[in-house]
Amino acid sequence: MTEIVLQRQDSSFKKGIQAGLTIAIGYAPVALTFGLLAKTTGLTIGETVLMSMIVFAGAAQYISLSLIALGTSALEIILTTFIVNIRHFLMSTALNEKAEEDHLLYKAIYSFGITDESFSVVATRDGILKTGFILGVNSIGYFSWVIFSAIGFVIGANLPQILQESMSVALYAMFIGLLVPSMKNGIKFVFLAVLAACFNSIFIYTKILATGWGIVAATISSAVIVEFMERKKKSQGGKQNEQ
Amino acid sequence: MSSEIVWMIIGMGIVTYLPRLAPFILFRGKELPPFIQGVLKNVPYAALGALIFPGVLSINDDIWFGLLGAAAAFTAAYLGANLMVVVIGSIAVLTCYSYLFT
Repeated sequence: MTEIVLQRQDSSFKKGIQAGLTIAIGYAPVALTFGLLAKTTGLTIGETVLMSMIVFAGAAQYISLSLIALGTSALEIILTTFIVNIRHFLMSTALNEKAEEDHLLYKAIYSFGITDESFSVVATRDGILKTGFILGVNSIGYFSWVIFSAIGFVIGANLPQILQESMSVALYAMFIGLLVPSMKNGIKFVFLAVLAACFNSIFIYTKILATGWGIVAATISSAVIVEFMERKKKSQGGKQNEQ
Repeated sequence: MSSEIVWMIIGMGIVTYLPRLAPFILFRGKELPPFIQGVLKNVPYAALGALIFPGVLSINDDIWFGLLGAAAAFTAAYLGANLMVVVIGSIAVLTCYSYLFT
C-alpha cells in the first residue's frame, strides 16, 4: 500500500519537474545577474548563496542589494522584504483551495517554494493539484535559483551581452505562455488579466502604491470585480429563466 | 561572513516564508464563503496580468524590446506552441532584433 502511494507521488513529482523546467531556464539569467550584483555589492559567496537558499524571492533579493549598497539598516531591509513578498499570501491562499488534502508538513515544505513563477505554473492547471506535482515544480525552480546565484557570483554574468539581454524576457514570455491558452477558454479570463494589468499600471505610474502592494491590490481588485460581474450576470440569467 | 548580514538574511527569510505558509494553516480544512472561493479561482489569471504588465516594458531601456518579446510570446502561445517553445522563441526573436537593430 505504502509503495503504491509512493509511486503515485513519484510520478506526479516527475511531472512537476517537467512542468517546472521552463521556470528553471527563466531563472538562470536572473540568478546569474543576482550573483554578480551581490559580488559587486560586497557580499561574500556564502552570504549570496545563503540569501538565495533561505529567501528565494527574486525581486526582494535585488531590492535588498540596492538597499545594502545605500547603507540601509537591517531592520528596514527586512521590513521592505516583507512588504515586497506579501503577495505570496494571496497566492498561497488561492493554492490552498486547489491543492489536495495532505499532511501539513508537506504543505509547509512546498509553501516555502511558492513564487510568482511556480504559482503561475501550478495554479493555471485544471483540477486538484497533487502534492508531488507542486513539490516537483517548486524544487526544480529552487535548485536553478540557488545554483545559478552561485555561478553568477563565481564566473560573473559571462554570457554574451546580446543573449543576456534577450534572456531577460524569459520569465515574461513564460507568464504569457501560461496566460494565453486560458484566455481561449472565455472572455472572463481575458478580462481578469487585462483589468489587473490596467490597475497595476495605474498604481505603478501614479506611484500610489509600492511595487509589492501594487500587484496585490491589482490582482484582488480585478478578481473581485470580475466575480461580482459574473454573479450579477448569473442571478439575472436566473430571474429570466424564472419568468 | 559578517554576522550582521547573516542575521539580516535570516530575518528576510522568515518574513518571506511566513506569508507563504500562513494560509495553509489559517484556512486548513475550512470551507470559505462561495464568493471568496470564486475570487480565489480568479486570482491566478489576474495575477498573471499584473505580473506581465507593465513590467515587461521595462526589461530594457528600449521599450520596443519588451513589446516585441511579448508579441512574439503571445503569437507563439496563441498558435498553440508548447511553453518551452514560447520562451525560447521569444528569446530567439529578441536576439535577432538586437543583432539587426542595435
